[in-house]
Amino acid sequence: MTTIETPIRGAKVNALGLEKKAYQAAPSTLCKGCGHDSISQRIMNVAWELSLDQTQVVKMSGIGCSSKSPAYFMGWSHAFNSVHGRMPAVATGAAVANRDLTVIGVSGDGDTASIGTGQFKHAVRRNVPMIYIVENNGVYGLTKGQFSATADLGQKLKYAGVNNLPPLDICLEALAANATFVARSFAGDPKQVESLLKAAFSHRGIAVLDIISPCVTFNNHDDSTKSYSWGKQQEVALNELSFVPDYAEITIDGTYKDELQVKMHDGSRIVLKKLDPDYDPTDKLNAFRTLEEARENQQFITGLIYVNEHERPDLHELLHYTDTPLVYLPDEALRPGREALEKVLASL
Amino acid sequence: MSIALRETPANAKEQLPAASEWANNFSINIATVNGSGSQTSNLVLLRALFKMGIPVNGKNLFPSNIQGLPTWYIIRLSKDGYLGRKDPYEIAVCMNGRTVAEDMANVAPGGMVIYDDGLPIAARRHDVTYYGVPVGQLVKEANLPYELRDYIANMVYVGALTYLLGIELPEIEDAIAWNFGGKPKPTQLNMSMVRSAYSWAEKNLVKTDPYRVARMSGFNEGKILIDGNAAAALGAVFGGVTVVAWYPITPASSMADALGKYLPQLRTDPQTGKANFAIIQAEDELAALGMVVGAGWAGARAMTATSGPGLDLMSEFVGLAYFAEVPAVVWDIQRIGPSTGLPTRTGQGDISTAYYLSHGDTRHVLLFPADPKECFGFGWIAFDLAEQLQVPVMVLSDLDLGMNVWISDPFDYPDKPLARGKVLTAEQVRELGGAWGRYKDVDGDGIPYRTLPGAPYLLAAYFARGTGHDEYARYSERPEHWEANLTRLARKFDTARQLVPAPVVDRVEGARYGIISVGSNHPAIEEARGILRAAGIETSYLRLRALPINDDVHNFIRDHERIFVVENNRDGQLNLILLSEEPCCGAKLTSIARCNGWPLAAEWIADAIQKQM
Repeated sequence: MTTIETPIRGAKVNALGLEKKAYQAAPSTLCKGCGHDSISQRIMNVAWELSLDQTQVVKMSGIGCSSKSPAYFMGWSHAFNSVHGRMPAVATGAAVANRDLTVIGVSGDGDTASIGTGQFKHAVRRNVPMIYIVENNGVYGLTKGQFSATADLGQKLKYAGVNNLPPLDICLEALAANATFVARSFAGDPKQVESLLKAAFSHRGIAVLDIISPCVTFNNHDDSTKSYSWGKQQEVALNELSFVPDYAEITIDGTYKDELQVKMHDGSRIVLKKLDPDYDPTDKLNAFRTLEEARENQQFITGLIYVNEHERPDLHELLHYTDTPLVYLPDEALRPGREALEKVLASL
Repeated sequence: MSIALRETPANAKEQLPAASEWANNFSINIATVNGSGSQTSNLVLLRALFKMGIPVNGKNLFPSNIQGLPTWYIIRLSKDGYLGRKDPYEIAVCMNGRTVAEDMANVAPGGMVIYDDGLPIAARRHDVTYYGVPVGQLVKEANLPYELRDYIANMVYVGALTYLLGIELPEIEDAIAWNFGGKPKPTQLNMSMVRSAYSWAEKNLVKTDPYRVARMSGFNEGKILIDGNAAAALGAVFGGVTVVAWYPITPASSMADALGKYLPQLRTDPQTGKANFAIIQAEDELAALGMVVGAGWAGARAMTATSGPGLDLMSEFVGLAYFAEVPAVVWDIQRIGPSTGLPTRTGQGDISTAYYLSHGDTRHVLLFPADPKECFGFGWIAFDLAEQLQVPVMVLSDLDLGMNVWISDPFDYPDKPLARGKVLTAEQVRELGGAWGRYKDVDGDGIPYRTLPGAPYLLAAYFARGTGHDEYARYSERPEHWEANLTRLARKFDTARQLVPAPVVDRVEGARYGIISVGSNHPAIEEARGILRAAGIETSYLRLRALPINDDVHNFIRDHERIFVVENNRDGQLNLILLSEEPCCGAKLTSIARCNGWPLAAEWIADAIQKQM
């Protein structure tokens, strides 16, 4: 497939005139080699590449190792490290209050698949316009190594023993809640993570990214599906994708057979190179089947699993509020006049 | 055809009070079946009496049930303007066979009973006048559409009462029309049922009881009828609420309903037709307050409405909002607990929980509205306080105030502009150079300066968190940072003492006793003071409108020999808070507390106080 170079790729500064390091933040306090730090790096790279204005981005998180990570990327963005499993609600409130904000939610498997499953699914159900990243390592890190709800059946951990419950699949849960963008990747696959992140930033509505992110301290045994070695060996990519921003000059060989283009609402496109010729990420039933089969085979499916942003409106549209963010409405628009009150009182 | 039953012994009539004493001065207890549509009939009666100038209050005593269980509506008419609860009732309207025996037995001596003559009636009392009304027959003759039959049947007692009490028929008609939004068809259907019951009563009933209504003046002029929840919703609308997130719960849902009614009406952009607000029904109360906190952090005026069980779930986010210093407004329409308690009964049992909500060292600003006008006022004032102080503000109303319809003074338009608190713009942060710190106490009042996400300047960003932080919002585990931050939050709470609505104090010259109370107890307290005055006991009265307390409370306690703290809960929760805030005055405070699901009644308050003397 034709490689598309954005005009800014390779430049030392992006379209905002910023160097990559302008997207850095405080040094990470996570364990050396943590998958979460790789993801933070991917976010910084993509934000820089897309020339995101950091002042218009909010980083939202819950509690846990994953939820600490917003402190380690994009230091010029506002952030809210809230409470365990409740990031979706706080993110929803912020998104509704100011529709101009780009909302990045960072969560973990404990935060999303255990204590916060309800909020996660309802944020998906509402199609809150945000990127929802799950840094999934199948283990509770900050409390030192308990099983999470995404831990593999039969998995052994040093202190926790053997896990006798089946894992909850975040992508399946997202699909079942009618997510309009579902992807899975692996923290050790920088190229794929970055491609998916770019696509997610252009998605209208919620984009769920389940990123397997090995825990080097508590869950990096070779038999864990959330370990580096397992990820590297078992990864089955559904598609290879590149992202074409709408400001790039697009030259695609339209005759190429195994490509699928997905147009985003802002005019940009995701171009998928199919590894599996039958895989169509706009086919929801097939997405369910693929995930379920992979789960049965303990396979590790990565790529864009489902996308359809025309399936339904996002929360901004559903609530039918003004184009001006609610927080920017002037006081006159917030407080009706005296006559309005008199009219109401007269009707009582 | 059934006729009025007169079983009053001949000599009993002389024992009945003079008619004038009972004009506009009695209570009616209407017993019906829940879900039968009787609320329309009851509100029609209430509105018609109100429009006749009579001070009147209605209390809906309903079950936690959709259809089938007994429900009561108690209308109190008080020519003297007392709007609290009063026992016992003089008139029973008995339309429910399951409760008819008890409803009749509880009528005050010399009272009267109007009953559906199809009901099984057991014992009759000799001091009570009975009027049987053939409800079934009248409904049958009205030839109503089948599906409306049960609903409109309730208009039979409206017609009978209208005749027997002398309610003006045109006021009934206006009230019905108002209730149906002026729609002619339902108005006509209901009104014809009222007329046929009225005509039947006129032909068949011989009035022998003393209870009458008569148009009067001097009280209702210029006033409105509204429930506290609708008033609070209107206050929020005029307070600039932009984000409402809520989860259904009795008795708070009607506030969200009212917001859903008034926001589209009053806050739709005239040019685009788009909403200047957002209402989200959340998946639970945790999410509801989470959304409010997210929106408040982003700079919106955001609120939720809930009740005790919801408040429990919100404690986590209230703690976060307190510690991360995010404005939020929570209306708690109290019902009685613990646990699920009685969802449809009133109480004031959330005072302690709300004041100290969430783990760790927390104390919160609470507001206590006493009537719909104050619900409206606190509806917008709560946002000013939340944003000025950067705190969660909880407004403690209750079921009695929130869900019942009250006579109210008209609401005053907000007398000051929106107070948005200490928010720095991007330009202001730029001017400060690197000096701005999110949690720095620049002004010595404990209130720091915040920025809003989206402020277009790189150094305006900060990292909000529920974890330990220094003045620059950076994660910190240092003891000195923790202590300094918590000490500043305590200082901020002291600033709140001067910002919250001051108590309303009625000092009576020479009174040795003082009463302190909150919220919807107000009408019963005023009436109780009248009873005590008649017994030669003068009382001063401080109606607390907010926590934390200020010097007014201290001075009030200081200036009286004894203080009675009256509240609708078991443990005297407000009294306990006052004891902890004013420990030196502890010996003076006596708790007058009771909780049984009902609003406090004046007789009980006066009696309980006298027993403590």
